[in-house]
Amino acid sequence: MTAGLGVDVAGLTRRFGAGRPALHGVDLAVRQGEFVALLGPSGSGKTTLLRILAGLEFPDAGRVRVGGRDMAGVPARARGVGFVFQHYALFRHMTVFENVAFGLRVRPRARRPAEAEIARRVRDLLALVQVPELERRYPEQISGGQRQRVALARALAIEPPLLLLDEPFGALDAQVRKDLRLWLRGLHDRLGITTLFVTHDQDEAMAIADRIALLRDGRVVQFDAPEALFEHPADAFVAGFLGDSNRLPCVVAGGLACFAPLPLPGMATSLPDGPALAFVRPGALLAAPGEGAVVQGVRHDGRALHLVVAAGGRMLEAAPAPGWDAPRRGDACALSIAEARFFAAQQ
Amino acid sequence: MARRLALLAALLVLAVLFLLPLVAVFAEALRRGWDVALAAIAEPDALAAISLTLLVAAIAVPVNLLGGVAAAWCIAKFDFPGKRLLVTLVELPFAVSPVISGLVWVLLFGAHGWLGPWLQAHGLRIVFALPGLVLATVFVTFPFVARTLIPLMQDQGREEEEAAATLGAGGLQTFFRVTLPNIRWALLSGVLLCNARAMGEFGAVSVVSGHVRGQTNTMPLHVEILYNEYQFAGAFAVAALLALLALVTLGAKALLERLAGRQAGAAG
Repeated sequence: MTAGLGVDVAGLTRRFGAGRPALHGVDLAVRQGEFVALLGPSGSGKTTLLRILAGLEFPDAGRVRVGGRDMAGVPARARGVGFVFQHYALFRHMTVFENVAFGLRVRPRARRPAEAEIARRVRDLLALVQVPELERRYPEQISGGQRQRVALARALAIEPPLLLLDEPFGALDAQVRKDLRLWLRGLHDRLGITTLFVTHDQDEAMAIADRIALLRDGRVVQFDAPEALFEHPADAFVAGFLGDSNRLPCVVAGGLACFAPLPLPGMATSLPDGPALAFVRPGALLAAPGEGAVVQGVRHDGRALHLVVAAGGRMLEAAPAPGWDAPRRGDACALSIAEARFFAAQQ
Repeated sequence: MARRLALLAALLVLAVLFLLPLVAVFAEALRRGWDVALAAIAEPDALAAISLTLLVAAIAVPVNLLGGVAAAWCIAKFDFPGKRLLVTLVELPFAVSPVISGLVWVLLFGAHGWLGPWLQAHGLRIVFALPGLVLATVFVTFPFVARTLIPLMQDQGREEEEAAATLGAGGLQTFFRVTLPNIRWALLSGVLLCNARAMGEFGAVSVVSGHVRGQTNTMPLHVEILYNEYQFAGAFAVAALLALLALVTLGAKALLERLAGRQAGAAG
């Protein structure tokens, strides 16, 4: 169908009124055909970045290139970029069929397909997004997941080389989300359209993106493959945002991190002396029968046991050490760290 | 029990305040029979008043349709400096006394007004003529369309327009294919209210009219003149016709709302 185009963003800055800018010098190079997640907490500027790429918002500074072409001064309607809105923004007074046909009908007469061709393409698209039976319905008459698919079909109707999705699964319930995101990934692999989607859900980003751009305060903190982001976080923010690690403050002295008042043995680290933060995944914080901490909760998720332990006035997530088969609520235990990632504390 | 009493009281108030006067108008108009009433309406001055009223409404309503949609579109879909001022200005005609709404045009365009001498020199007549009547009516009835549309358009937001833009639609295409269909029922309802008021306006029109019989008298003004001359049958006959126009307008509005409701129901 459509070949994707690469996206190149440099020094993008956007400020709304006074105060902190929404975007603060964003650089991002997305390869042709890539599937990229823009991930970050709310207010990190990810939606603003997406809207600038679509031409719905204009940057105060910086440059956007799509397929090597500078997009400055190109209005949204001339960009040919597919955009799926968070709340779908389907045309409420049109049927599903007319919604999908819209992008073809508004073309100048010379490039507008004949009516039969429009009907054929709309039906193909509805079949592609697996809702061919809905063409006569109105947006109000269909479910959230179906609206999402129709919105996607409508965006794909203009054969965009670049597809942008704003929180595409945000308004759906958990099971529909999971099905839809895998389906979307499959669709991307078939069509090859360069795709960027905004999400605040790290699981979602991890599950389907080729690469994740992690945003914070209007900057891209790290842009990497999911595994790399997980294994080599660039700073404490990335490490803290991804996964549900325990954040343990510590003090480094002479290459040894000391966790007092937490009842944990010291660990060797290469950080210079001073206060630091250690990120310890629940699976790497091991509890064994002993003294120092108390088991507060035990949960089995079908694969492994998860513990919540109270230690030094905090609640930590831990796992039972090998050999401790039946920890129970109220058991005393001792903690040890199998693996930790250290970052100097930000002053 | 208490609820029934409250309902009864409400119905009683409605009957006394709204139904009774309406019945009285029609009863009074027909007291001396259909022939007298019809003769009063068929009288040349009355016919002139009726056609002038329809003409003024036929000009003022389309003007306010366009102006109201434009104002509501700007206010609901865009942010610009001075937006609050514009919102306030839209409501101004409701806040100002109709007499003042008429008087400003006399002050501007009357024989002793700011632009009066210039107009006279060029042989143009605005006050005490059709243009003055239209100006006064447009001013008084401006808020009806705009105020019906603004809350609806604000509620609908800009996303559908943005979606249309990303799909390649230009400004006019977006307006006619997306914005206008989304507001059509509210727009019709606003236009009908605007029309009812345009035909019934008395105060502002009275100031700029000059009350020249057969020339610058609209229906409400004609009713007053007849009444002051003790021609009650004629006065009530024309008044009944005016009331009938209002009732037809309200009926049309109610019908439209039901149709809109049915369509929304079919869609929902």
